[in-house]
Amino acid sequence: MNSVSPRTEAETVEAVTAARAARRPLRIEGGGSRADLGRPVEAETRLSTRGLTGITLYEPRELVISARAGTPLAEIEAALKENNQALPFEPMDHRALYGTQGEPTLGGIAACNISGPRRISAGAARDLLIGLRFVNGRGEIVKTGGRVMKNVTGLDLVKLLCGSHGTLAVITEATFKVLPHPAFAGTLALYGLADGKAVAALCAALGTPLSVSAAAHLPAGLATPEPLTLFRFEGPQASVDERLSVLRRTLVPFEQGEALAPDYAGALWRAIRNVVPLVSPPEAAVWRISVQPTRAPKLVDLLLKQIAVRYYYDWGGGLVWLAVAATGDAGAAAIRAALAQAGNGQTIGHATLVRAPDDLRRNVDVFEPLAAPLLKLTKDIKASFDPDGILNPGRMYPGI
Amino acid sequence: MSIQFPKPDPSILARREAIVAGLAALVAPDSLITAEDERRAFETDALTAYRRIPLAVVLPRSTEELSAVMAFLHKEGVNVVARGAGTSLAGGAIPQEDAVVVGVAKMARVLDIDYANRTIRVQSGVTNLSISDAVAAERFFYAPDPSSQLACTIAGNIGMNSGGAHCLKYGVTTNNVLGVKLVLVDGTLVEIGGPYLDSPGLDLLGLVVGSEGQLGVVAEATLRILPMPEDARPVLFGFPTSEAAGGCVAAIIAAGIVPVAIEFMDKLAIEICEDFAHAGYPLDVGALLIIESEGSPAEIDAELAKIIAIAKDYGVTAIKESKSAMETAAIWKGRKSAFGATGRVADYICMDGVIPTGKLPQVLHRLNEIVAELGLRVANVFHAGDGNLHPLVLYNINDPIEQAKAEKAGEEILKLCVEVGGCLTGEHGVGIEKRDLMPFQFSPVDLAQQMRVRAAFDPAWRLNPAKVFPLEGRVAA
Repeated sequence: MNSVSPRTEAETVEAVTAARAARRPLRIEGGGSRADLGRPVEAETRLSTRGLTGITLYEPRELVISARAGTPLAEIEAALKENNQALPFEPMDHRALYGTQGEPTLGGIAACNISGPRRISAGAARDLLIGLRFVNGRGEIVKTGGRVMKNVTGLDLVKLLCGSHGTLAVITEATFKVLPHPAFAGTLALYGLADGKAVAALCAALGTPLSVSAAAHLPAGLATPEPLTLFRFEGPQASVDERLSVLRRTLVPFEQGEALAPDYAGALWRAIRNVVPLVSPPEAAVWRISVQPTRAPKLVDLLLKQIAVRYYYDWGGGLVWLAVAATGDAGAAAIRAALAQAGNGQTIGHATLVRAPDDLRRNVDVFEPLAAPLLKLTKDIKASFDPDGILNPGRMYPGI
Repeated sequence: MSIQFPKPDPSILARREAIVAGLAALVAPDSLITAEDERRAFETDALTAYRRIPLAVVLPRSTEELSAVMAFLHKEGVNVVARGAGTSLAGGAIPQEDAVVVGVAKMARVLDIDYANRTIRVQSGVTNLSISDAVAAERFFYAPDPSSQLACTIAGNIGMNSGGAHCLKYGVTTNNVLGVKLVLVDGTLVEIGGPYLDSPGLDLLGLVVGSEGQLGVVAEATLRILPMPEDARPVLFGFPTSEAAGGCVAAIIAAGIVPVAIEFMDKLAIEICEDFAHAGYPLDVGALLIIESEGSPAEIDAELAKIIAIAKDYGVTAIKESKSAMETAAIWKGRKSAFGATGRVADYICMDGVIPTGKLPQVLHRLNEIVAELGLRVANVFHAGDGNLHPLVLYNINDPIEQAKAEKAGEEILKLCVEVGGCLTGEHGVGIEKRDLMPFQFSPVDLAQQMRVRAAFDPAWRLNPAKVFPLEGRVAA
């Protein structure tokens, strides 16, 4: 594959303009750690943002950081750590899941809207992303949003770009809101709960004023021999200890709980964030299902009756990670039928095929199929950024 | 300077009777407003200096009716101005003579409350406050709380991406909406998102929130509700000067403390609000911060102790903690009635610029100069924690020279906000008010990209067409 790696925004414009003139589509890549996320891109030239590096603005006193798209996440996190700050949305690292080696970049996180367990309490990447600069498929430099916390000036293209997987533009610079790093984290664990009861406990906890920052459930055999239900609290230690013990008393109808050692709990949450429990076997397909939390156990139950799956719940039940054999359609039809059935006529979620061989991802709907009017809008929006379809064509939907 | 409206289309005006008759066939008689004196009630919003009587007003009772009305108006080529409660301070709901106002006031039912999943589904005409009221008994609430929350609708909140005093912690509308049912310009109903996180495909939900009625009309919304904190306690901090208060805000944020709300009022705003609400605000100070802390009593005590220590560094002269729910309510009533209370004293224009919090002292200083140089008065009341300013420039609406000066002051203040790295509007929207200032914040290329996206939804510019984008240089797909 040919590769171009612009070092400036102007060079990015040149690369896109040249590709457009030659009708030669580009595959947009940051560190390459998530290269297999989405449908295979129909392009023979790679545009890497790895040469666009550097923090361009960091005002710890204003809780804001900007960096060029190819800046490694590790560099951002190190800079934030010096000021005891962090990206609140706890972005997932895909390297374990994909077996990739690259450095995750800030631009990749913005382009793919990558979040982690704290998404339920602190918001997703899309909620903390406040400004972007990008080069659209016409070779124009565009800015949207800015560096302030509140901004409703014009259409919110920041949100539109976040999670567009490089299909609309090459992001050149991203600005995120940051927050103080929590001083302390404590995790309460319950053991032995069946899925239904576990998700009920997660929902109950998230309905209290105790500010649970993350809530997950791992069925038997994934992390521990027994099923493991986890609740995380963050903040000053006195406050964490107090809230944890209140929740422990509140959850007595479910099970006695215990507070986990911080190091052990920290490792567990990283594993949950990075989907480590489902990494092996590497040939299995992995799905990510966003779903109405209380219906998640029903969804899983419907699937277990049809296909062999391994799975766990994050986001208080609202995110189901699921591994299935990468044969046939990798369970696509069964999963989407089960979503429809569990919803009983209502749309209660959507499924994304996160890991599977190229052929499968070419032939199966990786992202949830869209209703006809929404697909038309999506195509028209794509054309409004990238009229000749040269940016990551086919990444999200055929032709898009 | 005065804001221009597009010239009404004579061919639409000529067909008014046929258009009204067509609407009459689609909705009940009390959903269609045609008499001139009744249409006049819809001629403006909270930007009362501008008004236009619409062709007709239609208030559908259901999503299906809304869809049918939109399909009909599309077929007839008629412009549509969507309307919630008409509380827009930016003129977002001001109609045009050749447009039909499509209001959601009669679609105001709560459809479903789901405490386990922490969501509520509502018709878009419900008021902001009634959402929190509907779930209060179970100790839940809906977080965005614009000052107009008693009247404003969720449709308008979604249209403008409204904020409020507590978004420092809880985010604005876009962070609290999970899904919408949206009627497109041709009447097609689409469902975007729902009772789950992160809608599939491109984030059209994020695009629709804050689109000012230009991408469609919201019929229903699924919203996130949150458990109420165990306790919440506002504290009043009085400072000798605005600059000292502004410096204190920046220092609190810099210390890594993010309270649920930090509100600022200067001397004139304090006097006006205290006179109206009797909230117990100190009157012998130059500026006031209302800082609210929430959590358990011990957590509140701990956070407030840190804040008080910082305030002392900035020369705080009065500290008053709320001691009861009644005192808390009075403190917030005073703040939230600031615009209304000011309206009793004088006419005003309310700006909504945002600045980096570190620039607060500098901007406050310059802002007061700008207003003084024009011989006007300004009451400053705003969400200081996120840098969202609401200078209220006082003037006399019956004095055209003063009105022009007030608009000039507003323009200078907003340019100042952009110059220091901020933006024109943090939560009120662009509407007509800031439409012509957009080129100060965006390049022609930036604006053209937004307009092409807009045109993907509404290629003929039928939806709220006079707003957001300058009238010159508009582009289609």
